[in-house]
Amino acid sequence: MKYELVSGLETHIELSTKTKIFCGCTTEFGGEPNTHCCPVCIGLPGTLPKLNEQVVNFAIKAGLATNCEISLISKMDRKNYVYPDLPKAYQISQFDLPLCKNGYVELSSGKRIRLNRIHIEEDAGKLVHQRGDVFVDYNRGGVPLIEIVTEPDFRSVEEILEYIERLQLTMKYIGISDCKMQEGSMRCDVNISVRLAGSEKLGTRTEIKNMNSITYIGKAVEYEFARQCEVLDEGGTITQETLRYNEEDNTTSSARDKEDAQDYRYFKEPDIVPIITSQEKINAIYSSLPENPYVRMERYEKELGLVPEDAKNIVKYKKIADFFEKSIDGIKTPKIGANLIISSLFRKLSSDNEKENFNIELNPKFFYELLKLQDDKKISANQSRATFEKMLVDNKSPMAFLSEADMSSVDDSAVIEMCREAVEQNPLSVADYLSGKEKAIQVLIGYVMKKSKGKSNAALVKSTILDMISK
Amino acid sequence: MKNRIELIRSALLSKEISCTELTKKYIAAINAENKNLNAYVLVCEDTALTTAAKVDKKIAAGEKLMPLEGIPMTLKDNICTKGIKTTCCSKMLEDFTPIYNATVWEALNTQNAILLGKTNMDEFAMGSSSETSVFGGSLNPYNTNYVAGGSSGGVASAVGGGIAAYGLGSDTGGSIRQPASFCGLVGLKPTYGTVSRFGLIAYASSFDQIGPITASVRDCAAVFNNLSFYDKNDATSSPKTKKVDISKLNADIKSKRIGVIKEFFTNGIKADVKKAVLSAIEKYRELGAEIIELSMPNIKYSVPVYYILACAEASSNLGRYDGIRYGYKTTNYNDLNEMVCKTRSEGFGREVQHRILLGTYVLSSGYYDAYYKKAQNLRQGLKSAFAEALENVDAIITPTVPSTAFELNFSANDPVETYMTDICTVPANITGLPAVSVPCGFDDKGLPVGVQLIGNYFAEETILHLAAKLEDALAIPVLKGVISL
Repeated sequence: MKYELVSGLETHIELSTKTKIFCGCTTEFGGEPNTHCCPVCIGLPGTLPKLNEQVVNFAIKAGLATNCEISLISKMDRKNYVYPDLPKAYQISQFDLPLCKNGYVELSSGKRIRLNRIHIEEDAGKLVHQRGDVFVDYNRGGVPLIEIVTEPDFRSVEEILEYIERLQLTMKYIGISDCKMQEGSMRCDVNISVRLAGSEKLGTRTEIKNMNSITYIGKAVEYEFARQCEVLDEGGTITQETLRYNEEDNTTSSARDKEDAQDYRYFKEPDIVPIITSQEKINAIYSSLPENPYVRMERYEKELGLVPEDAKNIVKYKKIADFFEKSIDGIKTPKIGANLIISSLFRKLSSDNEKENFNIELNPKFFYELLKLQDDKKISANQSRATFEKMLVDNKSPMAFLSEADMSSVDDSAVIEMCREAVEQNPLSVADYLSGKEKAIQVLIGYVMKKSKGKSNAALVKSTILDMISK
Repeated sequence: MKNRIELIRSALLSKEISCTELTKKYIAAINAENKNLNAYVLVCEDTALTTAAKVDKKIAAGEKLMPLEGIPMTLKDNICTKGIKTTCCSKMLEDFTPIYNATVWEALNTQNAILLGKTNMDEFAMGSSSETSVFGGSLNPYNTNYVAGGSSGGVASAVGGGIAAYGLGSDTGGSIRQPASFCGLVGLKPTYGTVSRFGLIAYASSFDQIGPITASVRDCAAVFNNLSFYDKNDATSSPKTKKVDISKLNADIKSKRIGVIKEFFTNGIKADVKKAVLSAIEKYRELGAEIIELSMPNIKYSVPVYYILACAEASSNLGRYDGIRYGYKTTNYNDLNEMVCKTRSEGFGREVQHRILLGTYVLSSGYYDAYYKKAQNLRQGLKSAFAEALENVDAIITPTVPSTAFELNFSANDPVETYMTDICTVPANITGLPAVSVPCGFDDKGLPVGVQLIGNYFAEETILHLAAKLEDALAIPVLKGVISL
């Protein structure tokens, strides 16, 4: 390939604090227009912002989870621009002293995407076009955001997509955002430039704003990369501009709106005192962080013997993974637990959302008991699955669904004993089988199943009998 | 009688007069006098009488009264009052009624303070004569050919004219102290962070501070004590706020050290102002204070520093007036851009537009370093200079204004000259230090002269103590006393 892609990302993530960044209004998504508002978040004259400390804590978590340095002294600044969705005509953001800086996100290849900074700011409201008129809904105004800015470290669409996926899961894991791209709680601005492969010099970049779908980000970057290569091939030059991605025809076009070459006249926000953070506080937040999901996946593969696909699928849903881990302490083959989760639990919780929320009452201690029974071969895999499905409906110990007989009948030695009996009591069937009538084995298996009231594992019975008669 | 609050309070408690009768007398006086003074832009007769009736009920029931309960007062029209128009004396907010109370008004309203009305001011507190008000300027009760000063000119005109017992103004570069000085009153700009700014319509956030304009120092202390408390709604509100022990205001001032910044007495000061201030300094010497001469060469930067930084903040603070949500909106427009531009061009007066443009300019990339950043550095320098000076003295004495009240239209004709008269008041806003203006005499036209005392952070008690001793020693009569009780 003649040209190389050079790209950087700015990702906005809405924090899932209960209240807004500068007032007590709810941050809940949706709601009747202008009902999640108060004098402060609609910027009525005379009102003053007061910084929600939880926002600072969440942003510090985000910084620590992405290997950032946390600034002990930080401050808020005003970014001035006029737009109807911004009721004060300035956004309270951070300019030269962001809360977090110099971090990275590691991709599966081991490549590190460097983070320049993470800062906190307030979201704006939004315009609603209706009945040929424009209305403003300020419900989203003042919802806390973090903006995560990378260095121009991406060299392929795949790297961009993997970064977004990793960032999303990491942020969900530390519990600071639901990162729902379709609801706009995670949005990306993508900077794109191209240069001749091997060149050190950066080309002129364009920026595609406000992308909220991983699929479209991929398509948009591919399109924009191809477009820039074509322009250069034809001897043209790239114009530095803000672009909009058009989903309908998969193209980008110039976006001449509020975002164009503005002088934001940044200056220190005089209504908010500097944010002073102690090292003790940072340490406390650091020690409260959960295990990084990608470290966890690797551990599931290496230590628990899960196949990569299963490890990924379970780790993806933190609540389920937490449940899994609470249940497997002392289990020799944790894989059996993973199998039950993926086969039965995932079937019951069909959507991503349901898996994420994991709204099932199920005591991990009961799940442990079930796994222990299977681990000790007291019950078969089939029995285990059937019991688990009952437990998913009725949060009880597996013993509530299994009788003594169920377990004794499948005790390994009991199965062997019954198989020996079947062979001894049915010499004709044994002879038939040995002379080539394969169906005759069914008689022997049927004998054992009848004797064990159908509770033993047919496959196990078959292999045991075959072992005995082929000797 | 100067201590109006004490006087009214004892008259109410002794049932010499009922709060309703008193309020009616004030309303009648406002109706008679306001056309001469243009102090009030809104009179709240109904709410005042309703509150007065509540106070009378309490008195009749023998209940205790809170310190400012039943005292008729006024608020500058940039302090938000729920359900009562708050206009900033701008066409932009002419019909604006807040849906919440400013913290200071919430505190006073809870005490059943009698709000007689809202008083005139320079538009968005930008001006030194109250003449930039959309309602026209407030006049000086000593002589109506002169202004009451500004920007809190309406409060000073009302208190000086005897049609309010006291009032609250706001001070960004001298807007409490200068009109107090022009109208022969006491005006206190508290330490930045002492009085909540929540509900004060912002001009320049890092300078603005609410404070009292009163007839006497003891009144001033009484009002201040009810404004000075930590407010969780204002992030710049300080937990270190202190109240003034009024009983200590009578103590002698022997061994107090008062600094005199010599630069304030050289250029631009009117002769009779200088004479009155120097005699006040002499009075302090007689009272046993030690007078120490100080030099502060960088004080000359304070006016440009103030105008650069205050206008920068103002340009941002006033960006919200775009005609979309509240306030004035132009009638004819083709698109959003035109609507916002026309709304702001028509809704803001000349001075406000000047300051927005100046502020926008100094923050623009390419000019930021030359103006805003340099001014910020000089602000730090002035803070250090004052901190150093206040290590050696208890207070610094200066004229409040180098002149007495301006003639009408002086400011419009010579805006830069007017800006220069802020030289003595802006340092307290730049540094955040508390400062009080107290009357010290008259000029040859019979207009009042004020002297200013600047103290250390949270040392309101120190400067009010010094001011009280001067007030007692000079015994200058106030123009009009309390409405006959």
